[in-house]
Amino acid sequence: MKMTGAQIICETMMKEGVEVIFGILGGAILPLYDTLSQFPKLRHVLVRHEQGAAHAAEGYARATGKVGVCFATSGPGATNLVTGIANAFLDSVSMVIITAQVARQFIGRDAFQEVDITGITQPITKHNYLVMDANALAKTLKEAFYLASTGRPGPVLIDVPKDVFTDEVEYHLPQQIDHPGYKPTLQGHPAQIKKAAKLINEARQPLILAGRGVNISGGDAELKQLAETAQIPVVTTLLGIGSFPENHILSFGMIGMHGMAYANMAVNNTDLLIAIGMRFDDRATAKVSGFAPKARIIHIDIDPAEIGKNVRVDVPIVGDVKTVLKELNKAVPSKQHLEWFNQLDTWRKEHPALLNITGDGLLPQSVVGRIYDVTGGEAIIVTGVGQHQMWAAQHYYFDKPNTLISSGGLGTMGYGLPAAIGAKIGMPDKTVWCIDGDGSFQMNIQELATMAQEKTAVKIAILNNGYLGMVRQWQDLFYEKRYVATPLSGPDFVKVAEAYGISALRVKHNEEITPALEQAMAEDGPFLIDFMVEPEENVYPMIAPGATLSEIIEAPKKEEVVWPHPSTP
Amino acid sequence: MATPKHTLVALVEDKPGVLTRMASLFRRRGFNIESIAVGHSELPHLSRMTIVISGPTGIVEQVRKQVDKIIDVVKVIEINDDDMIARELALIKVNANSTTRSEIMQIVDIFRANIVNVTAESVTVEATGDEEKIESLCKLLGGFGIKELARTGRIAMNRSS
Repeated sequence: MKMTGAQIICETMMKEGVEVIFGILGGAILPLYDTLSQFPKLRHVLVRHEQGAAHAAEGYARATGKVGVCFATSGPGATNLVTGIANAFLDSVSMVIITAQVARQFIGRDAFQEVDITGITQPITKHNYLVMDANALAKTLKEAFYLASTGRPGPVLIDVPKDVFTDEVEYHLPQQIDHPGYKPTLQGHPAQIKKAAKLINEARQPLILAGRGVNISGGDAELKQLAETAQIPVVTTLLGIGSFPENHILSFGMIGMHGMAYANMAVNNTDLLIAIGMRFDDRATAKVSGFAPKARIIHIDIDPAEIGKNVRVDVPIVGDVKTVLKELNKAVPSKQHLEWFNQLDTWRKEHPALLNITGDGLLPQSVVGRIYDVTGGEAIIVTGVGQHQMWAAQHYYFDKPNTLISSGGLGTMGYGLPAAIGAKIGMPDKTVWCIDGDGSFQMNIQELATMAQEKTAVKIAILNNGYLGMVRQWQDLFYEKRYVATPLSGPDFVKVAEAYGISALRVKHNEEITPALEQAMAEDGPFLIDFMVEPEENVYPMIAPGATLSEIIEAPKKEEVVWPHPSTP
Repeated sequence: MATPKHTLVALVEDKPGVLTRMASLFRRRGFNIESIAVGHSELPHLSRMTIVISGPTGIVEQVRKQVDKIIDVVKVIEINDDDMIARELALIKVNANSTTRSEIMQIVDIFRANIVNVTAESVTVEATGDEEKIESLCKLLGGFGIKELARTGRIAMNRSS
C-alpha cells in the first residue's frame, strides 16, 4: 500500500503502541501534524516550549515504562529539545524524538530554520538518524523504538526533511530488527554469577546498592528476594529510589552527597558492595578514591562500558538486572548478618535523617512529610532540581518502583512541571505531585498553560524560599555566605496559577499544611500550593564537594529528633 | 611527548556519522588521533577502520568499550604491538635531477620501494612498510629535499586469528 512519509510515521507509531505525543509544530513539521488528523488515536499534547515536550515525554516514559515520544520542528524547535534529550540520555530513559528538517534540496545551505540536529545531538542520543528517503522511514522508526527501549534505554532521534514527509512510497514494515552492531547482553555469565554468589556467601558485612537499572528492568521483586534471603541491607542511589521498599526493615535509604548518614556509613564499612544497575555517579560515590574502602565490589549492569569506568570492580556481571538477579538468587542460600544489621540499625538511630525542628517557621521537610501522609505514600512524586528535590527524596517514603521521577544525571532545573504532566497523562489514575522549588519551577513555568489546556490534574507544591536554594546553601557553607545572584524575587505564584485558570493557595503556617494538601487532593483538576518555607533552611546530611562519603556534615540543630518518619507515632 | 600509542581496529557499518561519533569519544577522553585508515572489509556493507590514538593507557579499554557501544560499530578490538601486522603506504615526492636521480634509485631499491613517477625535477617514490621503515626512508631522502609527503597511516591486523 502506498503511503506518505508522514503516514508511515504515524502508522508505525500506532503499531509500536504509541498513545501520546508531546510537541509543538512549525513550518517544516506541518505535513506530519496535518497527517495526525487521520490518526485520532494518537493523542497530541501541545506544550509551550519544546524543552517541556522532551521532559513530558520523559515523565511519561518513566511513569509508564513505555517509550516517550515527542515532535519538534526544524531549527529552534529541535535545539529547544536538546536539554531534555540530554536529560533522558544521562538518566537512560527510552524516548523517540522526531524532528523535522528543511527539505532535502536546502540541507547544508543554511536555509531558514535549518540546524544540523543529528550533529548537535550525536553525543546525547543513544543513536540518531537523518532519513533522506521515505522508503527507509518504516525500518528506521521500528529500529528507533527497538533501540530506545532495549538494552540500556536511551533517547533516539529521527530527523526527517519536510519533503520526505510528503513523498509517497510503498509501506513495508520489517518483521524484526537485526542490527549487527547492537546485541545487548541480557544473560549474566554463569561463571561470574557463581563467583558473585561465593562472595555473597563469604561476606560478613554485605550491602546492596540499587540503582535505576533495577527500576528499568522491573527487577524489584528479585532484588527483594535477594535482600531477604541473605539478609543483606539495601541502600539506593537517587534514581534507585523505589526499587526497594523504603519502609522495609532492611532499607537504609539513599547514599551520596545528600544521602542518609547511616547509608553512607554502611558504604564506608561494608566488606562486599553489590552494586546493581547503577553507574557510580560522582554525586553518589563522592570522592571515588575513598569510596567503599573496605569492600570488594560486585557490579551488575547491562552496559559493559560502565564496568570499571569510575570504580574498580572485583566481579562484573554484564546483563539485564532482573535476569541476572533471578539466576543469582538460585545460587544464594539464606543467611543472617545480625551483627552487621544491628550496627547499621544503631547508626540509623544515632544519625536520623529526619530531623524535625519545631518552631513558627514553615519547614520544607515537613511539607514533604505531610504530602507523604495525605497521599498515603501512593503518589508519583516528580521533582525539579535543587534543595526541594533532595528533601523530596529524603522525606517521602517510596515503596514502589518508578514512583520518584527526578532529573538525576543532568540535574535539570525546570524538569518537574513538564515531567509531572507527562507522568499524569501516562498514569491518569495515579495521584501525581510535582514538588518544585521557586527557582526550578520558573524555568518551565509556561507549562502551566499545557496543564490547564489538557486539564491534567497534577498537584503542585512549590517550596518557596525566595532563593536558588541549593546554590545559596553552597554559598552559605563554602563561600562565606556571599549570596551572589541567588536571592530570587519570584512572582505571586497563586496569581500566576489563577491567571491560567488553575486553583491555588498560599500556605505560611505549619497548621495550614495538611488542610491545604487535602483541599488540593479533593480538587478535581490541577492545583498549586505556594509554601512559603524557611528561607535559609539547608539540606542535611551533606558531603562537601571533593570529600569522601565518610566526611558527613550533619544538621547543626538536633532538637526534636523524630524517627523513622515525622508522621509515625 | 611520549604519550603511548594504541591501535584499535573496528568493523563498522558504511553509514554516515560513525566516524564523527568515534572521533568525539576520543576527544572527550583526551585521546589524539594519530592516524585513521578506512576501507571496505571482506563483508558487504561493512568497513574496517584502523585508528591509532595516543593517550593514557589506563583508559584505553574504557574508551574501546564506549566505541563498541556506538550502534553502527559492529566490533572493535585493540591490537597489541607484539601480535600486530601493521603496514602503511607513503608517497614521497623528492627533488631529483640527472645527477642525484641514480643515488635516489639506489636508496629506493634498498628499501624495496618503487618509483612511480619521474619528471625533470623530481621522482615520486611509493613505499610500503611499518612506520619505522617509512621514517628512515624519509630521513634518507630528506637530504635531497622532499617536496611533498603523503602517508595513509597504519592499517593493522592480528597475527593470530
